[in-house]
Amino acid sequence: MPLLDRHGAKAEIWTRSEGAAIDNLSHALVDWAVLPEALAQKTRDQRIGVVIPNTVRIPELKLLMRQLSLIAISFPSFGDGRGFSLARLIRNHGFTGTLRASGPLIVDQFAYALACGFDEVELPEASAVRQPVEQWVQALGQISHGYQRGYGDSGNILDRRRSARLKHAAAG
Amino acid sequence: MYRYDEFDERFVRERVAQFRDQVGRRLSGSLTEDEFKPLRLKNGVYLQLHAYMLRIAVPYGTLSSKQMRQLALIGERYDRGYGHFTTRTNLQFNWPKLRDIPDILDLLADVEMHAIQTSGNCIRNVTADHFAGVAQDEVEDPRPTAELIRQWSSLHPEFDYLPRKFKIAVTGAEHDRAVIKAHDIGLRILRHPDTHEIGYEVIVGGGLGRTPMIGKVVREFLPKADLLAYLEAIMRVYNLEGRRDNKYKARVKILVHEIGTEEFSRRVEEEFARLDGPSVNADPAEVARIAAYFAPPAYETLPATSGAFEAARAGNPDFARWVETNLTPHRQPGYAALTISLKPIGAPPGDATSEQMRVVADLADEFSLSEIRVTHAQNLVLPHVKLSDLFAVWQRLGEAELATANAGLITDIIACPGLDYCALATARSIPIAQALAQRFADPARQKEIGVLNIKISGCINACGHHHVGHIGILGLEKRGIESYQITLGGDATENAAIGEILGPGLAAEDVPDAIERIVSVYLAQRQAGESFIDNVRRIGLAPFKAAFQDTNREVSHAVA
Amino acid sequence: MAAAKRPALPVILLANDLLDGDVVFAAGDANGLHWSRDPGAALVGGDDATADRLDAFAAAELGNQQVVDAYLVDVAVEDGVPVPRHYRERMKTTGPSIRRDLGKQAELPLAQAFLRA
Repeated sequence: MPLLDRHGAKAEIWTRSEGAAIDNLSHALVDWAVLPEALAQKTRDQRIGVVIPNTVRIPELKLLMRQLSLIAISFPSFGDGRGFSLARLIRNHGFTGTLRASGPLIVDQFAYALACGFDEVELPEASAVRQPVEQWVQALGQISHGYQRGYGDSGNILDRRRSARLKHAAAG
Repeated sequence: MYRYDEFDERFVRERVAQFRDQVGRRLSGSLTEDEFKPLRLKNGVYLQLHAYMLRIAVPYGTLSSKQMRQLALIGERYDRGYGHFTTRTNLQFNWPKLRDIPDILDLLADVEMHAIQTSGNCIRNVTADHFAGVAQDEVEDPRPTAELIRQWSSLHPEFDYLPRKFKIAVTGAEHDRAVIKAHDIGLRILRHPDTHEIGYEVIVGGGLGRTPMIGKVVREFLPKADLLAYLEAIMRVYNLEGRRDNKYKARVKILVHEIGTEEFSRRVEEEFARLDGPSVNADPAEVARIAAYFAPPAYETLPATSGAFEAARAGNPDFARWVETNLTPHRQPGYAALTISLKPIGAPPGDATSEQMRVVADLADEFSLSEIRVTHAQNLVLPHVKLSDLFAVWQRLGEAELATANAGLITDIIACPGLDYCALATARSIPIAQALAQRFADPARQKEIGVLNIKISGCINACGHHHVGHIGILGLEKRGIESYQITLGGDATENAAIGEILGPGLAAEDVPDAIERIVSVYLAQRQAGESFIDNVRRIGLAPFKAAFQDTNREVSHAVA
Repeated sequence: MAAAKRPALPVILLANDLLDGDVVFAAGDANGLHWSRDPGAALVGGDDATADRLDAFAAAELGNQQVVDAYLVDVAVEDGVPVPRHYRERMKTTGPSIRRDLGKQAELPLAQAFLRA
């Protein structure tokens, strides 16, 4: 399925495993239900990623996070925004691997997804056909700065006002 | 009033361009209607029965004369020369074309306005006490708090796809004029009883609609500086835990109800404790920057009374009556806040023509420091009028049919647009309001009845706040015809209460008689000085029910 | 659309124009269908075959980004004019009952025929 990040289309390096059988896959993407079993088989060189439903809660995930290189949060529909909060929590709890949003997102959610801590979006074919990659990249620049502090790194309005105030005070 | 800085300006302009692009992508087929619908709703665009509708945000009900003139212009250029003020202090145009809406949004941006988040499953336009900064019972002006929340909630990356809509209201006064207990979050500004520090009482889980509930206190005192972090914690708990399996159970009130106030509060406090507050909250300098815009305007030093005003009042009974109902005392000596009723007898509640908007804008410039307020009761307010100017203002209002003396009285009816416009409605609301206003039009009778709030909704979504009307009327469909359910005993103030259903639904033409009977019970049973709602509380529903059932038996076409 | 149960015959097809929002009605004959703003011009589907054609037209036009909210409405034919049986849809053929100067009732003389007391 098509994959993209802030720079555009991206090649998929992950392979979905059959159940917990990660065999010798270098980057194995496993279902949440079989994660413990898959992790038990993990060799030192193997990378494990997991696909989680958006109902998974941090206490269940937290102890496993260090062993994971990728967490893909499922979006059952674009209107179900739980994934945004879950991504935010996962980041807040220190996950530094790749965070993927997986589902029928729309272009207008791309900036939100990145601001909440996602790195990439994996789309179903039908969504990707209607919404070409250029639209996604272009949408990122539509709103230069949001008001919320601590979301994304493009600089929020409150912190920019603060810098302007400090600069002004220093000059005065 | 708040003024946009370069960041606000750019933000709103970019949102207009983004919406233009979204419309383009819808027309090209990049976006399906299912995908486009939430996007247009989040910019205030509904598809109603006859046309699109555009709901424009009037944050915390504050408008400048310049903004009001721009609304008048938009009404003429792109609509049918009138607009409708809503119970959430917004303004709706009923006939815009989708192709014109980006241009309308440009015109709004020219006067620092927008339609951002006036609908959709996101944090909606923040409302506040319409007498903010004016009221004598105010601890602190709620508008800086509301403005901070407006900014923080705009295009929030995490909270734009919530389980359901989310409404926040703020009051800084003892007397609640913002219906905060019927909001998803209600904030009451108060002083800590021991430290006297300013902070918030945080109420969560109020709401009307299908399952009306009064909000519960989840935090008795929140230090002012912690506001945004605490809101973030509430929103995160709701976004993750709120039900998404059933849209009628998706509001935060259901979550609070299902897990209990204590458990909800515990989850919020846990997340709040984990959050790094200082990295989320606005710094004090930013809070002060916003607050400075709401500093008291340049009032003149005036005596507390005006001879000219008293003379006019003594000499003109109509003026005296209007003063009695439509005037609110002002904290500044020699000034008053006056309510401009948008409820002339027989007219659709809350509607104003472009000409009327201009009259109000002109009067605001001449007599009210260019400021106007919109109330949740669908009226307007000129907040800073000198007592000595009142008579002149009243005369000018009268020429524009804006001097109806009924604020708070039985003909000051709240009504949603209902089936005359709304695609969700199950019955009409406005004709019921018109019939009731005509029935009780006599000024002497209105005065005798005193304060009585009738609120009418055309469907269970309760935009007309019928649950918290002293008398509530809900329009439903019963077997292919319109049927009206009457509730009694609701209250929208700090004593918030949900009204109880009196009996079976009525046909439209029987509603005035039923209300008449309810009012008769009150008039017969009241004690000296007892208001309608106090009377209902004292004597209970039974006498009203009995009278109501008499009506029901007598009418030939009662709808079972 | 597909999941919705078809109302009782006879039916007309109504929708809102995507760009303008106006209520429009499927009109035409066996040779083809088009949209009309005039409820009096609506093609009445009195049999399943015509109702199927109206359904197919709705699906195609939704897909072409021409209209939104297209659905069949059951009508009574009164004096040759199809009048929706439900008061909600009758409102769509006239305009607001509280503003007779606005909407189809004001703009299209024929739509006056849809007014009911």
